[in-house]
Amino acid sequence: MSVLIYAENAGGKFKKSTFEAVSYAKAIAALTNTNLIAISIGDVAADDLAALGKYGAEKVLNVSNDKLKNFVNQAYASVIAEAAKAQGADIVVLSNSFSGRGLAPRLGVKLQAGVADGAVALPEIEGGKFTVKKTAFSGKAFAVVELTSANKVIALTPNSYKVVEGGAPAQVEGFMVETKESDFKAMIKDIVRSTDKVSLPDAEIVVSAGRGMKGPENWGMIEELAELLGAATACSKPVSDAGWRPHSEHVGQTGIAVSPNLYIAIGISGAIQHLAGISSSKVIVVINKDAEAPFFKVADYGIVGDAFEVLPKLIAAVKEYKATA
Amino acid sequence: MMKILVCISNVPDTTTKITFTDNNTQFNTNGVQFILNPYDEIALARAIELTDGGKGTVTVINVGEPATDATIRKALAIGATDAVRINAKPLDAWYVAYQVAEYVKSNPFDLILTGRESIDYNGSKVAGMLGELLDLPSVSIIKKLDATDTEATVEREIEGGKEVLTIPFPFVAGCAEGVAEPKIPNMRGIMSARTKPLTVVEPAEVKTFSEIVSYETPAPRGQVKLVGADDPAQLVELLHTQARVI
Repeated sequence: MSVLIYAENAGGKFKKSTFEAVSYAKAIAALTNTNLIAISIGDVAADDLAALGKYGAEKVLNVSNDKLKNFVNQAYASVIAEAAKAQGADIVVLSNSFSGRGLAPRLGVKLQAGVADGAVALPEIEGGKFTVKKTAFSGKAFAVVELTSANKVIALTPNSYKVVEGGAPAQVEGFMVETKESDFKAMIKDIVRSTDKVSLPDAEIVVSAGRGMKGPENWGMIEELAELLGAATACSKPVSDAGWRPHSEHVGQTGIAVSPNLYIAIGISGAIQHLAGISSSKVIVVINKDAEAPFFKVADYGIVGDAFEVLPKLIAAVKEYKATA
Repeated sequence: MMKILVCISNVPDTTTKITFTDNNTQFNTNGVQFILNPYDEIALARAIELTDGGKGTVTVINVGEPATDATIRKALAIGATDAVRINAKPLDAWYVAYQVAEYVKSNPFDLILTGRESIDYNGSKVAGMLGELLDLPSVSIIKKLDATDTEATVEREIEGGKEVLTIPFPFVAGCAEGVAEPKIPNMRGIMSARTKPLTVVEPAEVKTFSEIVSYETPAPRGQVKLVGADDPAQLVELLHTQARVI
């Protein structure tokens, strides 16, 4: 028995969330007294593959095949399931990224495995029971799920497990697979990736704004603050519903759930639906001119003031801090 | 004639304060209002748009006990053609997908839509599991769906961007915001919902692969530390030295 980690790459490069998942999978391998094997699919440089050893992978299966260059969940699920069977892996770990969500359920069916999606902590194994804590009710609670099947699939929430470094470079070997035509019915026509923006679900710092900003034309300061902090930008539901910002920035119960180290909320009152989406944030800062805004009840730090007066000063203060740091 | 199946689930409404009973092992449904999952409303709206004007039919399917009939009638009022309820508790995503797949094996569809996730368990699993069970392509989270007679063009979100895919029918997709605006049922819809067919089917036997053993509520946060509006530099200082997040 071993643990298999699917190391997701974006455009041939591994992301921080991949290293988090490898570190997490390594810890599971240690818990179950087995070894950790990584599998990568696509065009990743040999050095980067070997470097997965730094995070705990003992061996890396490299699937580098023209047909599998771009992510097709049906085909990737077939490859990973085959690798799991070949390597005797009864636990498969991956990141709960957008692609991960397309992959985990298909893997679950192929391996007849319970799937713990959105895991936020290491599994606990006690008295033969294997349980994993994951978020539930869109961030309003946690559920401890027992996976009762022999095989298990765990998708880790980005930014919930710290990267752990220290292993030696991994041994990389090519893994050949036969692919089925019928696995490639979904065809990619275009991939649009803006490399300068920080991705919201992975972000360590998020700068978010709501109706208090009064209109889309005022978002310049939000974007400036985000850029200074290396943060992703986000918004409340009324803002994306009004078309001021794209849906992909909507954080909340019916939007994205984020788990950054720092969440700065500007001009957002803090309705229960919005709070659900940010409940996993480690530190919350609220800037709102209404001292009674519900958001202050869950904030760690707050400024009661008009965003249009506070933001320019805050931006200047951050610039100053960066200059002297 | 396009036949679309929309999988719907019954969830606590978004304003619900979530609490647990029985030593934190059961969700407390006392006083909770249940609604049609918001993402399923989006999927249903798109299905109705695609089949509008006699171009096809929309069947909604739910795995649930008799209490979910009210939500199913709401989906019929919004504009679904007919409904099926698999008479069972939705034990886990695999169980639900298995039941729906069994139904689809004897009742094929051109397109199967779900919401991207249900707002109670956030699994995003049913669409992918259905795809695998039925040997169909699936896209778990889409933000746009356009269709011709033979294939669809969908957009799926990726970190920092999007992918555009073309997929031949039949396939399965989980709908997110952007696919359609939810429809509000009109008077005619509400009246006809009472007489539209709602067929109850007994579940197939299958074991679940997971079980929720307990719940936790997030730890409450302490008092907020307020910083003067004319001195944000102090906030930057605190975030660096005290909170250590910048």
